Amino acid sequence: MAYVPSADAHAHDEPQSFVTKYIWSQDHKVIAIQYSLTAIAVGVVALVLSGLMRIQLGMPETDLVDASAYYQFMTLHGMIMVVYLLTALFLGGFGNYLIPLMVGARDMVFPYVNMLSYWFYLLSVLVLMASFFVPGGPTGAGWTLYPPQAITGGTPGAGWGILTMLVSLAIFIVAATMGGLNYVTTVLQARTRGMTLMRMPLTVWGIFIASIMALLAFPALLVAAIMMFLDATLGTSFFMPAIIAMGREMPHEGGSPLLFQHLFWFFGHPEVYIVALPAFGLVSDLISTHARKNIFGYHMMVWAIVIIGVLSFFVWAHHMYVSGMNLAFGFFFAISTLVIAVPTAIKVYNWILTLWQADIHLTVPMLFAMGFLVTFVVGGLTGLFLGNVVVDIPLADTYFVVAHFHMVMGVAPILVVFGAIYHWFPKVTGRMMNDTLGQLHFWITFLGTYAIFFPMHYLGVMGMPRRYYAYEDYAFIPQSAHDLNTFITYAALAVGVAQALFLYNMFWSAFYGRPSGGNPWRATSLEWQTPDTPPKHGNWGEKLPEVHRWAYDYNVPGVEQDFIPQTEPRPDSGPPHDRQHHAGEGRS
Amino acid sequence: MANHASTERPQTREGAWQSLVDDWSSDRQAFKVSWGKAMMWIFLLSDTFVFSLLLIGYMAVRLTTPQPWPDTSEVFALTVLGHEFPLLLIAIMTFILITSSGTMAMAVNFGYARNRRMAALFILFTAILGASFVGLQAYEWTDLIQKGVRPWENPMGAPQFGSAFFMITGFHGLHVSIGVLYLLIVARKVLRGDYDRSGSYEPVEIAGLYWHFVDLVWVFIFAFFYLL
Repeated sequence: MAYVPSADAHAHDEPQSFVTKYIWSQDHKVIAIQYSLTAIAVGVVALVLSGLMRIQLGMPETDLVDASAYYQFMTLHGMIMVVYLLTALFLGGFGNYLIPLMVGARDMVFPYVNMLSYWFYLLSVLVLMASFFVPGGPTGAGWTLYPPQAITGGTPGAGWGILTMLVSLAIFIVAATMGGLNYVTTVLQARTRGMTLMRMPLTVWGIFIASIMALLAFPALLVAAIMMFLDATLGTSFFMPAIIAMGREMPHEGGSPLLFQHLFWFFGHPEVYIVALPAFGLVSDLISTHARKNIFGYHMMVWAIVIIGVLSFFVWAHHMYVSGMNLAFGFFFAISTLVIAVPTAIKVYNWILTLWQADIHLTVPMLFAMGFLVTFVVGGLTGLFLGNVVVDIPLADTYFVVAHFHMVMGVAPILVVFGAIYHWFPKVTGRMMNDTLGQLHFWITFLGTYAIFFPMHYLGVMGMPRRYYAYEDYAFIPQSAHDLNTFITYAALAVGVAQALFLYNMFWSAFYGRPSGGNPWRATSLEWQTPDTPPKHGNWGEKLPEVHRWAYDYNVPGVEQDFIPQTEPRPDSGPPHDRQHHAGEGRS
Repeated sequence: MANHASTERPQTREGAWQSLVDDWSSDRQAFKVSWGKAMMWIFLLSDTFVFSLLLIGYMAVRLTTPQPWPDTSEVFALTVLGHEFPLLLIAIMTFILITSSGTMAMAVNFGYARNRRMAALFILFTAILGASFVGLQAYEWTDLIQKGVRPWENPMGAPQFGSAFFMITGFHGLHVSIGVLYLLIVARKVLRGDYDRSGSYEPVEIAGLYWHFVDLVWVFIFAFFYLL
């Protein structure tokens, strides 16, 4: 292997055959599409599972799913959505596609490792899907997989199901590590001439910090998975206390179920931000581009991303207020949880100030971006409720929690995913997605998800517990709650079916959409300045681009065009630039 | 301004800060290292978390188990000529591994001096030392298994002793074994003259980074599992 520090010397020969071009491809753009399509496919599975659960909750007389299946569907729905869809799509999909294009590299630094990352990811998805067909079915332990019940008889899938889940997670972690190493190294070491860190679009910042977090948080999940695997197969007692199950003493003693919760949430809470930070980054670029205005407070936005990334490693136990851990911890973790709201609020204010008096174009990506803003604020504010120990204790394990995290880390990032796909689709395919279908998709999804999750706050405050398979025989649940449940189910099914609009639009437009040209949104960042659309292998043709300004020069006073690409030289600084010349120049 | 600082004046504290700021605010790359080396450093950071969490997990179960923890100096004693030496085997293993770090450093040195044969020789030395570490570990495992220690039970007390022992040393041993294979591949490339042709012996140093890391991790395992 030759290690050449300059990105210029990194051109490969264009692959020729179909197999090397589209299947065993080392091109970051093809890998990104592979990642995205796999993630969307597995996301559809999770969507169907949620529909089945909603049918059971809203129309229990149908008897479509039994109790075991309900818990299995719930577990798989949660795990797929958080890990196999959102994490993979943001880092493997958008990260792979956008990082090299936005920083001006020809590819990721180690394309072969990048390719392996996708194939490991696919393997992990296949192992997970295989768990539907193993004896006993997939695990029904809840997506948090808490022991002892995860591996105790009586829980659905306590045998093969949990083992396939753990193996699949371990494979996923290997994939995420190989990918993450590439993304971080590419951002740090393979930028083009003139691209300083403080000139990178916020998309790259979000994905960059999220990748670092993934490299540091996934080890906790790996360790937890290894220990639980040993508990389940070899009969060790890392997480298993002495316990009597089904009237029989189990061959375990002295383990710590709390240890698992600590490990899981040391991964699990950063994971929330591994999903959220790329969404923050992408939405910043959507808002700035479609509002034709520079992002407000770019430096603050960058530092907020970094600070959120750091703080997110110190808040994990706010998921554990009712777990029986030492109560003094609650004091610390409540404070750190509320502190993390400060940089998050800074970001929200900056988005709003970017929109303030801007030339807002209500394109489909912009609609989704604004939908994100509203949803994220609602979900974030309920997070402040739950971050306080005294408020959390009555609300823990009710539908209030379900409403909170679906709003803040389910719906909000998914809205960004949709917006970003509508936005970057022309670069990937060279064709526009259909606008009418897109508008329809947005309004159904946005209003529909509110119809689903907003009433859940009310259900939760009323005391309706989550993770119950049926609610018929409880005196404390009034008829109004049952009616509301039926209403939510109708809304959920409508939203679920409406996603077909999106899938149809995506596949139809890929072949028959209106040709878009190279820069349909008149955007400034580098990926829109490629010589070809879609970009060819190597991205930049003969010569790498040279960057002269930040990515947010929209409506600059005194300039006729309402945007200035990053490649446009600045009037006061002619090329070539030396390194010292650039220091501190990013803030124009 | 930075030009003046580097040529005229000795590096003051401010100069060091300035160069740090310059590195981070530069275009193209933040660190003046190759892609491979940067990637290895980042990987090792991630792997540090894996080992730290394994050790923290071990400490947690050691606190929660109600059974007494065995006295490690007795469990890992080696009887030589009728005398029982506490921790002798582990001391030998640790010595071997630390020595291997020394030979690895010399291999890197010979590599940068373009001494192909010596570099390959010392990489092979390192690999042999690594392999003998794994061999002694296998001996240690056999010994413990014969004493009745299993991952799920332990006649000397807490079953978590066996669980944590086999998991942590197994995971570390896996790292050493992968390291030995990795070194053999690098040695072959050195002998074949690959790095003379590419012009840089840096891959030897990158392999060395991994090897030193595995060595350093062992020091922590030694301290936290065997000594405490």
